[in-house]
Amino acid sequence: MSFGLLFFVFVLAIFLGVELISKVPSQLHTPLMSGTNAISGITIVGALTAAGSGADLLGSILGTVAVIFATVNVVGGYLVTNRMLAMFKRKSGEQK
Amino acid sequence: MTDYTQALIDLGYIAASILFIIGIKMLGKQERARKGNLISALGMLIAVTAAMFECCLDFTWVITGLVIGSLIGLIAARTVKMTSMPQMVALLNGFGGIASLLVGWANYHSQPDSNLLVRVAVLLAVLIGGVAFSGSLVAYGKLAGKISGRPILVKRQALINILMLAAVLIGSLFLVFTPGGTIAYGVFLLIVVLSLSLGVFSVTPIGGADMPVVIALLNSYSGLAASAAGFILLNNVLIVAGSLVGASGLILTGIMCKAMNRSLGNVLFSGFAAGPGKAVSTSVQGEPKPITAEDAYYVLEAAGSVVIVPGYGMAVAQAQHAVRELGEILENNGAEVRYAIHPVAGRMPGHMNVLLAEANVLYEQLAEMDDVNPIMESVDVCMVIGANDVVNPAAREIESSPIYGMPIINVDKAKTVLVLKRSMAAGFAGVDNPLFVKENTRMLFGDAKATVQQLVAQFKES
Repeated sequence: MSFGLLFFVFVLAIFLGVELISKVPSQLHTPLMSGTNAISGITIVGALTAAGSGADLLGSILGTVAVIFATVNVVGGYLVTNRMLAMFKRKSGEQK
Repeated sequence: MTDYTQALIDLGYIAASILFIIGIKMLGKQERARKGNLISALGMLIAVTAAMFECCLDFTWVITGLVIGSLIGLIAARTVKMTSMPQMVALLNGFGGIASLLVGWANYHSQPDSNLLVRVAVLLAVLIGGVAFSGSLVAYGKLAGKISGRPILVKRQALINILMLAAVLIGSLFLVFTPGGTIAYGVFLLIVVLSLSLGVFSVTPIGGADMPVVIALLNSYSGLAASAAGFILLNNVLIVAGSLVGASGLILTGIMCKAMNRSLGNVLFSGFAAGPGKAVSTSVQGEPKPITAEDAYYVLEAAGSVVIVPGYGMAVAQAQHAVRELGEILENNGAEVRYAIHPVAGRMPGHMNVLLAEANVLYEQLAEMDDVNPIMESVDVCMVIGANDVVNPAAREIESSPIYGMPIINVDKAKTVLVLKRSMAAGFAGVDNPLFVKENTRMLFGDAKATVQQLVAQFKES
Protein backbone atom coordinates (compact mmCIF):
# COMPACT_ATOMS: atom_id res chain seq x y z
CA MET A 1 0.00 0.00 0.00
CA SER A 2 1.36 3.40 -0.85
CA PHE A 3 2.54 5.73 1.87
CA GLY A 4 0.28 8.51 0.64
CA LEU A 5 -2.77 6.34 1.06
CA LEU A 6 -1.69 5.30 4.57
CA PHE A 7 -1.22 8.91 5.52
CA PHE A 8 -4.65 9.71 4.12
CA VAL A 9 -6.16 7.02 6.34
CA PHE A 10 -4.21 8.38 9.33
CA VAL A 11 -5.54 11.91 8.91
CA LEU A 12 -9.12 10.74 8.38
CA ALA A 13 -8.96 8.53 11.46
CA ILE A 14 -7.73 11.45 13.58
CA PHE A 15 -10.71 13.51 12.48
CA LEU A 16 -13.03 10.61 13.15
CA GLY A 17 -11.54 10.19 16.64
CA VAL A 18 -12.14 13.86 17.41
CA GLU A 19 -15.77 13.57 16.30
CA LEU A 20 -16.33 10.39 18.32
CA ILE A 21 -14.90 11.62 21.59
CA SER A 22 -15.91 15.24 21.81
CA LYS A 23 -19.22 14.56 23.59
CA VAL A 24 -18.35 12.17 26.38
CA PRO A 25 -19.76 13.02 29.84
CA SER A 26 -17.01 13.55 32.41
CA GLN A 27 -18.37 10.68 34.54
CA LEU A 28 -17.04 8.30 31.91
CA HIS A 29 -13.61 9.83 31.39
CA THR A 30 -11.72 7.11 33.25
CA PRO A 31 -13.33 4.12 31.49
CA LEU A 32 -13.01 5.95 28.17
CA MET A 33 -9.34 6.43 28.81
CA SER A 34 -8.66 2.87 29.86
CA GLY A 35 -10.87 1.55 27.06
CA THR A 36 -9.01 3.50 24.38
CA ASN A 37 -5.78 2.55 26.11
CA ALA A 38 -6.64 -1.11 25.51
CA ILE A 39 -7.21 -0.27 21.85
CA SER A 40 -3.74 1.24 21.62
CA GLY A 41 -2.55 -2.29 22.37
CA ILE A 42 -3.29 -2.91 18.66
CA THR A 43 0.45 -2.59 18.32
CA ILE A 44 0.27 -6.30 19.24
CA VAL A 45 -0.26 -6.96 15.52
CA GLY A 46 3.15 -5.45 14.85
CA ALA A 47 4.61 -7.34 17.79
CA LEU A 48 3.30 -10.67 16.47
CA THR A 49 4.87 -9.99 13.10
CA ALA A 50 8.18 -9.15 14.73
CA ALA A 51 8.16 -12.19 17.02
CA GLY A 52 7.18 -14.68 14.34
CA SER A 53 9.25 -13.45 11.44
CA GLY A 54 11.93 -16.07 12.08
CA ALA A 55 14.61 -13.44 12.59
CA ASP A 56 17.77 -14.05 14.62
CA LEU A 57 17.67 -14.56 18.38
CA LEU A 58 17.77 -10.91 19.40
CA GLY A 59 15.08 -10.04 16.84
CA SER A 60 12.82 -12.80 18.13
CA ILE A 61 13.39 -11.81 21.74
CA LEU A 62 12.58 -8.15 21.00
CA GLY A 63 9.43 -9.26 19.23
CA THR A 64 8.41 -11.62 22.01
CA VAL A 65 8.91 -9.03 24.73
CA ALA A 66 6.82 -6.67 22.61
CA VAL A 67 4.10 -9.35 22.38
CA ILE A 68 4.13 -9.78 26.16
CA PHE A 69 3.80 -6.07 26.88
CA ALA A 70 1.16 -5.53 24.21
CA THR A 71 -0.86 -8.52 25.43
CA VAL A 72 -0.79 -7.28 29.02
CA ASN A 73 -1.96 -3.91 27.69
CA VAL A 74 -4.80 -5.47 25.70
CA VAL A 75 -6.03 -8.10 28.17
CA GLY A 76 -5.51 -5.96 31.27
CA GLY A 77 -6.97 -2.88 29.60
CA TYR A 78 -10.22 -4.48 28.48
CA LEU A 79 -10.79 -6.35 31.75
CA VAL A 80 -10.09 -3.32 33.92
CA THR A 81 -12.41 -1.18 31.80
CA ASN A 82 -15.12 -3.81 32.05
CA ARG A 83 -14.72 -3.93 35.82
CA MET A 84 -15.06 -0.18 36.09
CA LEU A 85 -18.06 0.07 33.80
CA ALA A 86 -19.81 -2.72 35.72
CA MET A 87 -19.75 -0.46 38.78
CA PHE A 88 -21.71 2.37 37.21
CA LYS A 89 -25.28 1.64 38.18
CA ARG A 90 -28.53 3.45 37.58
CA LYS A 91 -31.64 3.68 39.69
CA SER A 92 -33.73 1.80 37.13
CA GLY A 93 -31.36 -0.91 38.29
CA GLU A 94 -30.23 -3.45 35.77
CA GLN A 95 -27.86 -5.21 38.13
CA LYS A 96 -25.62 -7.34 36.01
CA MET B 1 -0.25 -17.47 0.77
CA THR B 2 -3.15 -17.41 -1.63
CA ASP B 3 -4.94 -14.28 -2.72
CA TYR B 4 -8.05 -15.47 -0.93
CA THR B 5 -6.26 -15.76 2.39
CA GLN B 6 -4.84 -12.27 1.96
CA ALA B 7 -8.27 -10.90 1.12
CA LEU B 8 -9.75 -12.55 4.22
CA ILE B 9 -6.98 -11.15 6.39
CA ASP B 10 -7.62 -7.66 5.01
CA LEU B 11 -11.35 -8.08 5.62
CA GLY B 12 -10.54 -9.06 9.20
CA TYR B 13 -8.55 -5.85 9.67
CA ILE B 14 -11.36 -3.78 8.23
CA ALA B 15 -13.88 -5.47 10.52
CA ALA B 16 -11.60 -4.81 13.49
CA SER B 17 -11.28 -1.12 12.59
CA ILE B 18 -15.05 -0.78 12.33
CA LEU B 19 -15.58 -2.51 15.68
CA PHE B 20 -13.07 -0.15 17.32
CA ILE B 21 -14.94 2.86 15.95
CA ILE B 22 -18.32 1.54 17.12
CA GLY B 23 -16.82 0.54 20.46
CA ILE B 24 -15.35 3.99 21.13
CA LYS B 25 -18.60 5.64 20.16
CA MET B 26 -20.53 3.44 22.61
CA LEU B 27 -18.03 4.15 25.40
CA GLY B 28 -19.40 7.68 25.45
CA LYS B 29 -22.85 6.68 26.73
CA GLN B 30 -23.24 5.10 30.14
CA GLU B 31 -26.00 2.64 29.17
CA ARG B 32 -24.00 1.25 26.25
CA ALA B 33 -20.45 1.72 27.46
CA ARG B 34 -19.94 -1.81 28.72
CA LYS B 35 -21.20 -3.32 25.49
CA GLY B 36 -18.99 -0.88 23.59
CA ASN B 37 -15.95 -2.11 25.45
CA LEU B 38 -16.83 -5.72 24.59
CA ILE B 39 -17.31 -4.81 20.93
CA SER B 40 -13.91 -3.16 20.84
CA ALA B 41 -12.42 -6.25 22.54
CA LEU B 42 -14.01 -8.40 19.83
CA GLY B 43 -12.36 -6.14 17.26
CA MET B 44 -9.01 -6.76 18.93
CA LEU B 45 -9.58 -10.51 18.89
CA ILE B 46 -10.36 -10.42 15.17
CA ALA B 47 -7.27 -8.27 14.47
CA VAL B 48 -5.03 -10.65 16.42
CA THR B 49 -6.52 -13.70 14.71
CA ALA B 50 -6.04 -12.12 11.29
CA ALA B 51 -2.47 -11.23 12.18
CA MET B 52 -1.78 -14.83 13.17
CA PHE B 53 -2.53 -15.88 9.62
CA GLU B 54 0.08 -13.65 8.11
CA CYS B 55 2.61 -13.01 10.83
CA CYS B 56 4.49 -16.09 11.47
CA LEU B 57 6.97 -18.54 10.20
CA ASP B 58 7.63 -19.67 13.72
CA PHE B 59 4.90 -19.79 16.35
CA THR B 60 6.95 -20.76 19.43
CA TRP B 61 7.92 -17.21 20.33
CA VAL B 62 4.50 -15.83 19.45
CA ILE B 63 2.54 -18.30 21.57
CA THR B 64 4.96 -17.92 24.49
CA GLY B 65 4.50 -14.17 24.43
CA LEU B 66 0.72 -14.35 24.14
CA VAL B 67 0.36 -16.82 27.01
CA ILE B 68 2.67 -14.94 29.38
CA GLY B 69 1.08 -11.59 28.51
CA SER B 70 -2.47 -12.88 28.90
CA LEU B 71 -1.73 -14.40 32.29
CA ILE B 72 -0.11 -11.24 33.62
CA GLY B 73 -2.93 -9.08 32.22
CA LEU B 74 -5.62 -11.35 33.63
CA ILE B 75 -4.14 -11.54 37.11
CA ALA B 76 -3.37 -7.83 37.26
CA ALA B 77 -6.86 -6.84 36.14
CA ARG B 78 -8.52 -9.22 38.58
CA THR B 79 -6.50 -8.30 41.62
CA VAL B 80 -6.04 -4.54 41.26
CA LYS B 81 -8.01 -2.50 43.77
CA MET B 82 -10.38 0.15 42.47
CA THR B 83 -8.50 2.73 44.50
CA SER B 84 -5.32 1.81 42.61
CA MET B 85 -6.99 2.37 39.25
CA PRO B 86 -5.12 5.58 38.31
CA GLN B 87 -1.71 3.92 38.58
CA MET B 88 -3.00 0.75 36.88
CA VAL B 89 -4.20 2.76 33.88
CA ALA B 90 -0.85 4.56 33.76
CA LEU B 91 1.07 1.29 33.87
CA LEU B 92 -0.98 -0.40 31.12
CA ASN B 93 -0.60 2.68 29.00
CA GLY B 94 3.17 2.50 29.41
CA PHE B 95 3.15 -1.13 28.31
CA GLY B 96 1.50 -0.18 25.03
CA GLY B 97 4.20 2.43 24.52
CA ILE B 98 7.13 0.07 25.13
CA ALA B 99 5.56 -2.53 22.84
CA SER B 100 5.54 0.01 20.00
CA LEU B 101 9.13 0.95 20.77
CA LEU B 102 10.15 -2.71 20.62
CA VAL B 103 8.29 -3.23 17.35
CA GLY B 104 10.32 -0.34 15.95
CA TRP B 105 13.55 -1.77 17.34
CA ALA B 106 12.85 -5.28 16.04
CA ASN B 107 12.16 -3.83 12.62
CA TYR B 108 15.38 -1.82 12.62
CA HIS B 109 17.28 -4.85 13.89
CA SER B 110 16.15 -7.08 11.04
CA GLN B 111 16.03 -4.50 8.22
CA PRO B 112 18.13 -1.44 9.06
CA ASP B 113 18.10 -0.28 5.45
CA SER B 114 14.40 -0.49 4.68
CA ASN B 115 12.88 2.36 2.71
CA LEU B 116 13.15 5.92 3.92
CA LEU B 117 9.57 6.42 5.10
CA VAL B 118 9.62 3.18 7.07
CA ARG B 119 12.83 4.28 8.77
CA VAL B 120 11.21 7.56 9.77
CA ALA B 121 8.23 5.61 11.14
CA VAL B 122 10.60 3.38 13.14
CA LEU B 123 12.21 6.42 14.71
CA LEU B 124 8.83 7.94 15.53
CA ALA B 125 7.61 4.69 17.11
CA VAL B 126 10.77 4.56 19.22
CA LEU B 127 10.60 8.20 20.29
CA ILE B 128 6.86 8.40 21.02
CA GLY B 129 6.65 4.88 22.42
CA GLY B 130 9.69 5.48 24.63
CA VAL B 131 8.32 8.74 26.04
CA ALA B 132 4.92 7.10 26.61
CA PHE B 133 6.56 4.19 28.43
CA SER B 134 8.97 5.93 30.78
CA GLY B 135 6.60 8.87 31.28
CA SER B 136 3.84 6.47 32.28
CA LEU B 137 6.18 4.66 34.66
CA VAL B 138 7.00 7.93 36.41
CA ALA B 139 3.29 8.78 36.50
CA TYR B 140 2.68 5.31 37.94
CA GLY B 141 5.28 5.95 40.64
CA LYS B 142 3.72 9.29 41.54
CA LEU B 143 0.17 7.94 41.62
CA ALA B 144 1.11 4.87 43.65
CA GLY B 145 3.00 7.10 46.08
CA LYS B 146 6.28 5.35 45.32
CA ILE B 147 7.87 8.67 44.40
CA SER B 148 6.98 12.12 45.62
CA GLY B 149 3.92 13.66 44.03
CA ARG B 150 5.53 17.07 44.34
CA PRO B 151 7.12 18.47 41.21
CA ILE B 152 10.79 17.52 41.07
CA LEU B 153 12.80 20.12 39.27
CA VAL B 154 16.35 19.72 38.11
CA LYS B 155 18.32 22.86 37.40
CA ARG B 156 17.98 23.94 33.76
CA GLN B 157 15.40 21.24 33.22
CA ALA B 158 14.02 22.81 30.08
CA LEU B 159 17.49 23.18 28.60
CA ILE B 160 18.33 19.53 29.27
CA ASN B 161 15.08 18.41 27.65
CA ILE B 162 15.70 20.55 24.59
CA LEU B 163 19.26 19.23 24.29
CA MET B 164 18.04 15.63 24.51
CA LEU B 165 15.36 16.26 21.91
CA ALA B 166 17.94 17.91 19.68
CA ALA B 167 20.23 14.90 20.09
CA VAL B 168 17.37 12.61 19.10
CA LEU B 169 16.71 14.71 16.00
CA ILE B 170 20.36 14.79 14.96
CA GLY B 171 20.70 11.05 15.57
CA SER B 172 17.54 10.45 13.54
CA LEU B 173 18.87 12.52 10.64
CA PHE B 174 22.06 10.50 10.75
CA LEU B 175 20.09 7.26 10.64
CA VAL B 176 17.92 8.44 7.81
CA PHE B 177 21.01 8.96 5.66
CA THR B 178 23.25 6.18 7.04
CA PRO B 179 20.95 3.40 8.20
CA GLY B 180 23.35 0.42 8.26
CA GLY B 181 26.53 -0.46 10.12
CA THR B 182 27.76 -0.73 13.69
CA ILE B 183 27.96 3.01 14.29
CA ALA B 184 24.40 3.42 13.05
CA TYR B 185 23.22 0.70 15.45
CA GLY B 186 24.97 2.55 18.26
CA VAL B 187 23.21 5.76 17.31
CA PHE B 188 19.91 3.88 17.20
CA LEU B 189 20.44 2.53 20.73
CA LEU B 190 21.36 6.02 21.88
CA ILE B 191 18.05 7.27 20.50
CA VAL B 192 16.22 4.53 22.43
CA VAL B 193 17.95 5.60 25.66
CA LEU B 194 17.35 9.31 25.00
CA SER B 195 13.66 8.73 24.27
CA LEU B 196 13.26 6.88 27.54
CA SER B 197 15.10 9.60 29.48
CA LEU B 198 13.01 12.26 27.79
CA GLY B 199 9.86 10.60 29.15
CA VAL B 200 11.27 10.55 32.66
CA PHE B 201 12.46 14.14 32.55
CA SER B 202 9.22 15.45 31.13
CA VAL B 203 6.98 13.91 33.79
CA THR B 204 9.06 14.31 36.97
CA PRO B 205 8.59 18.11 37.08
CA ILE B 206 4.81 17.75 36.93
CA GLY B 207 2.97 17.72 40.24
CA GLY B 208 0.32 15.31 41.45
CA ALA B 209 -2.67 17.56 40.85
CA ASP B 210 -1.68 18.02 37.21
CA MET B 211 -1.65 14.26 36.69
CA PRO B 212 -5.04 14.16 34.91
CA VAL B 213 -3.52 16.20 32.09
CA VAL B 214 -0.38 14.07 31.92
CA ILE B 215 -2.21 10.75 31.94
CA ALA B 216 -4.53 11.88 29.17
CA LEU B 217 -1.56 13.10 27.13
CA LEU B 218 0.44 9.89 27.63
CA ASN B 219 -2.66 7.96 26.60
CA SER B 220 -2.60 9.92 23.37
CA TYR B 221 1.12 9.20 22.88
CA SER B 222 0.72 5.44 23.17
CA GLY B 223 -1.96 5.63 20.50
CA LEU B 224 0.25 7.68 18.20
CA ALA B 225 3.12 5.25 18.80
CA ALA B 226 0.87 2.39 17.67
CA SER B 227 -0.01 4.46 14.64
CA ALA B 228 3.69 4.91 13.87
CA ALA B 229 4.10 1.13 14.17
CA GLY B 230 1.34 0.90 11.57
CA PHE B 231 3.43 2.93 9.16
CA ILE B 232 6.33 0.55 9.74
CA LEU B 233 4.25 -2.49 8.85
CA LEU B 234 2.16 -0.64 6.25
CA ASN B 235 -0.87 -1.86 8.14
CA ASN B 236 -4.08 0.15 8.19
CA VAL B 237 -5.66 -1.32 11.30
CA LEU B 238 -2.77 -0.08 13.45
CA ILE B 239 -2.97 3.33 11.86
CA VAL B 240 -6.72 3.63 12.34
CA ALA B 241 -6.83 2.29 15.91
CA GLY B 242 -3.71 4.22 16.92
CA SER B 243 -4.91 7.53 15.59
CA LEU B 244 -8.37 7.09 17.14
CA VAL B 245 -6.67 6.69 20.51
CA GLY B 246 -4.29 9.54 19.75
CA ALA B 247 -7.19 11.84 18.95
CA SER B 248 -9.24 10.84 21.97
CA GLY B 249 -6.26 11.33 24.28
CA LEU B 250 -5.65 14.79 22.85
CA ILE B 251 -9.27 15.77 23.35
CA LEU B 252 -9.25 14.59 26.95
CA THR B 253 -6.02 16.51 27.46
CA GLY B 254 -7.72 19.62 26.12
CA ILE B 255 -10.73 19.14 28.41
CA MET B 256 -8.44 18.76 31.43
CA CYS B 257 -6.41 21.86 30.53
CA LYS B 258 -9.56 23.88 30.07
CA ALA B 259 -10.81 22.73 33.47
CA MET B 260 -7.68 24.19 34.99
CA ASN B 261 -7.65 27.28 32.80
CA ARG B 262 -4.08 26.53 31.82
CA SER B 263 -2.41 25.86 28.53
CA LEU B 264 -0.81 22.50 27.87
CA GLY B 265 2.58 24.21 27.67
CA ASN B 266 2.04 25.75 31.08
CA VAL B 267 1.21 22.36 32.64
CA LEU B 268 4.16 20.62 31.01
CA PHE B 269 6.86 23.19 31.53
CA SER B 270 6.03 25.39 34.47
CA GLY B 271 6.46 23.05 37.44
CA PHE B 272 3.47 24.88 38.92
CA ALA B 273 4.14 26.29 42.38
CA ALA B 274 7.15 24.05 42.72
CA GLY B 275 9.35 26.40 44.69
CA PRO B 276 8.23 28.15 47.85
CA GLY B 277 8.93 31.45 46.12
CA LYS B 278 6.28 30.82 43.52
CA ALA B 279 3.40 30.25 45.91
CA VAL B 280 1.77 33.64 45.83
CA SER B 281 0.36 34.59 49.19
CA THR B 282 -2.80 36.54 48.67
CA SER B 283 -3.06 37.27 52.40
CA VAL B 284 -6.60 36.16 53.03
CA GLN B 285 -8.15 38.03 55.95
CA GLY B 286 -10.30 36.37 58.57
CA GLU B 287 -10.44 33.36 60.83
CA PRO B 288 -11.75 29.92 59.91
CA LYS B 289 -14.70 28.80 62.04
CA PRO B 290 -14.24 25.21 63.21
CA ILE B 291 -17.24 23.23 64.41
CA THR B 292 -17.70 19.82 65.99
CA ALA B 293 -19.20 16.79 64.28
CA GLU B 294 -22.22 17.18 66.55
CA ASP B 295 -22.90 20.73 65.35
CA ALA B 296 -22.33 19.64 61.78
CA TYR B 297 -24.92 16.94 62.33
CA TYR B 298 -27.53 19.55 63.29
CA VAL B 299 -26.73 21.53 60.14
CA LEU B 300 -27.06 18.45 57.94
CA GLU B 301 -30.12 17.16 59.76
CA ALA B 302 -32.00 20.34 58.88
CA ALA B 303 -30.86 20.45 55.26
CA GLY B 304 -33.33 19.88 52.42
CA SER B 305 -30.66 19.68 49.74
CA VAL B 306 -27.05 18.64 50.05
CA VAL B 307 -24.30 18.75 47.46
CA ILE B 308 -21.18 16.73 48.21
CA VAL B 309 -17.97 17.86 46.50
CA PRO B 310 -15.23 15.23 46.71
CA GLY B 311 -11.56 15.77 45.97
CA TYR B 312 -8.31 13.89 46.12
CA GLY B 313 -8.47 14.02 49.94
CA MET B 314 -11.44 11.65 49.83
CA ALA B 315 -9.39 9.17 47.80
CA VAL B 316 -6.44 9.43 50.18
CA ALA B 317 -8.65 8.88 53.23
CA GLN B 318 -10.50 6.03 51.40
CA ALA B 319 -13.67 7.73 52.59
CA GLN B 320 -15.91 6.94 49.61
CA HIS B 321 -17.89 4.15 51.30
CA ALA B 322 -18.48 6.22 54.43
CA VAL B 323 -19.50 9.15 52.22
CA ARG B 324 -22.02 7.02 50.35
CA GLU B 325 -23.46 5.79 53.65
CA LEU B 326 -23.85 9.37 54.87
CA GLY B 327 -25.44 10.28 51.53
CA GLU B 328 -28.02 7.51 51.92
CA ILE B 329 -28.83 8.54 55.49
CA LEU B 330 -29.32 12.13 54.33
CA GLU B 331 -31.66 10.94 51.57
CA ASN B 332 -33.68 8.87 54.03
CA ASN B 333 -33.81 12.00 56.13
CA GLY B 334 -35.60 13.70 53.26
CA ALA B 335 -32.73 15.65 51.70
CA GLU B 336 -31.92 15.71 48.03
CA VAL B 337 -28.31 14.51 47.70
CA ARG B 338 -26.02 15.08 44.74
CA TYR B 339 -22.32 14.68 44.15
CA ALA B 340 -20.68 17.50 42.22
CA ILE B 341 -17.47 16.49 40.55
CA HIS B 342 -14.91 18.84 39.07
CA PRO B 343 -13.29 17.53 35.87
CA VAL B 344 -9.80 17.60 37.40
CA ALA B 345 -10.70 16.45 40.91
CA GLY B 346 -8.36 13.61 41.82
CA ARG B 347 -5.44 12.28 39.89
CA MET B 348 -6.90 11.12 36.61
CA PRO B 349 -9.82 12.19 34.44
CA GLY B 350 -13.00 10.90 36.09
CA HIS B 351 -11.18 9.60 39.19
CA MET B 352 -13.89 10.63 41.69
CA ASN B 353 -16.65 9.13 39.58
CA VAL B 354 -14.96 5.74 39.60
CA LEU B 355 -14.42 5.82 43.36
CA LEU B 356 -18.02 6.80 44.08
CA ALA B 357 -19.38 4.27 41.61
CA GLU B 358 -17.34 1.63 43.40
CA ALA B 359 -19.05 2.69 46.63
CA ASN B 360 -22.42 2.16 44.88
CA VAL B 361 -23.36 5.79 44.40
CA LEU B 362 -25.92 5.88 41.60
CA TYR B 363 -24.86 7.25 38.23
CA GLU B 364 -27.67 9.83 38.25
CA GLN B 365 -26.35 11.39 41.44
CA LEU B 366 -22.96 12.15 39.91
CA ALA B 367 -23.32 15.68 38.58
CA GLU B 368 -20.94 17.72 36.47
CA MET B 369 -19.71 21.13 37.54
CA ASP B 370 -21.77 22.97 34.93
CA ASP B 371 -24.99 21.28 36.05
CA VAL B 372 -24.53 22.16 39.70
CA ASN B 373 -23.21 25.72 39.59
CA PRO B 374 -26.42 27.35 38.33
CA ILE B 375 -28.47 25.90 41.20
CA MET B 376 -25.86 26.37 43.90
CA GLU B 377 -27.65 29.33 45.52
CA SER B 378 -30.65 27.13 46.33
CA VAL B 379 -28.53 24.43 47.98
CA ASP B 380 -28.78 24.27 51.77
CA VAL B 381 -25.51 22.55 52.57
CA CYS B 382 -22.46 21.97 50.45
CA MET B 383 -20.04 19.42 51.87
CA VAL B 384 -16.49 19.71 50.58
CA ILE B 385 -14.56 16.51 51.25
CA GLY B 386 -10.85 16.72 50.64
CA ALA B 387 -11.12 19.17 47.74
CA ASN B 388 -9.38 22.51 47.81
CA ASP B 389 -8.27 24.24 44.63
CA VAL B 390 -11.34 23.18 42.63
CA VAL B 391 -13.61 25.01 45.09
CA ASN B 392 -11.36 28.01 45.71
CA PRO B 393 -13.29 31.24 45.10
CA ALA B 394 -9.96 33.03 44.56
CA ALA B 395 -10.22 31.64 41.04
CA ARG B 396 -13.21 33.94 40.58
CA GLU B 397 -12.37 36.87 42.82
CA ILE B 398 -8.65 37.47 43.17
CA GLU B 399 -7.00 38.48 39.93
CA SER B 400 -3.48 38.09 41.26
CA SER B 401 -4.11 34.47 42.27
CA PRO B 402 -2.22 31.86 40.23
CA ILE B 403 -5.44 29.94 39.72
CA TYR B 404 -7.47 33.03 38.69
CA GLY B 405 -9.82 32.17 35.84
CA MET B 406 -9.96 28.43 36.55
CA PRO B 407 -13.55 27.22 36.48
CA ILE B 408 -14.54 26.11 39.97
CA ILE B 409 -17.54 24.61 41.72
CA ASN B 410 -19.12 27.61 43.41
CA VAL B 411 -19.63 25.96 46.78
CA ASP B 412 -19.38 29.32 48.57
CA LYS B 413 -22.73 30.29 47.04
CA ALA B 414 -24.53 27.56 48.96
CA LYS B 415 -26.30 28.63 52.15
CA THR B 416 -23.84 26.72 54.34
CA VAL B 417 -20.53 25.18 53.40
CA LEU B 418 -19.03 22.36 55.45
CA VAL B 419 -15.37 21.82 54.67
CA LEU B 420 -13.82 18.53 55.76
CA LYS B 421 -10.10 19.01 55.88
CA ARG B 422 -7.13 17.51 57.64
CA SER B 423 -5.53 20.83 58.56
CA MET B 424 -5.27 24.40 57.39
CA ALA B 425 -2.43 23.55 54.99
CA ALA B 426 -2.75 25.07 51.55
CA GLY B 427 -3.92 22.94 48.63
CA PHE B 428 -1.68 21.55 45.94
CA ALA B 429 -1.30 24.88 44.23
CA GLY B 430 -0.04 26.43 47.45
CA VAL B 431 -2.70 29.10 47.14
CA ASP B 432 -4.63 30.47 50.11
CA ASN B 433 -8.28 29.59 49.98
CA PRO B 434 -10.63 32.42 50.98
CA LEU B 435 -13.45 29.86 51.12
CA PHE B 436 -12.27 28.72 54.54
CA VAL B 437 -12.85 32.11 56.14
CA LYS B 438 -16.15 33.00 54.45
CA GLU B 439 -19.13 33.90 56.61
CA ASN B 440 -21.10 30.79 55.63
CA THR B 441 -18.22 28.30 55.90
CA ARG B 442 -17.68 25.90 58.79
CA MET B 443 -14.55 23.81 59.09
CA LEU B 444 -14.60 20.19 60.23
CA PHE B 445 -10.98 19.30 60.90
CA GLY B 446 -9.75 15.72 60.91
CA ASP B 447 -9.37 12.65 58.73
CA ALA B 448 -12.16 12.70 56.16
CA LYS B 449 -13.19 9.10 56.73
CA ALA B 450 -13.24 9.39 60.53
CA THR B 451 -15.21 12.63 60.35
CA VAL B 452 -17.81 11.21 57.98
CA GLN B 453 -18.14 8.13 60.18
CA GLN B 454 -18.73 10.38 63.19
CA LEU B 455 -21.50 12.13 61.29
CA VAL B 456 -23.04 8.77 60.36
CA ALA B 457 -22.89 7.72 64.01
CA GLN B 458 -24.63 10.94 65.05
CA PHE B 459 -27.48 10.23 62.67
CA LYS B 460 -27.77 6.65 63.88
CA GLU B 461 -27.88 7.67 67.55
CA SER B 462 -30.74 10.06 67.08
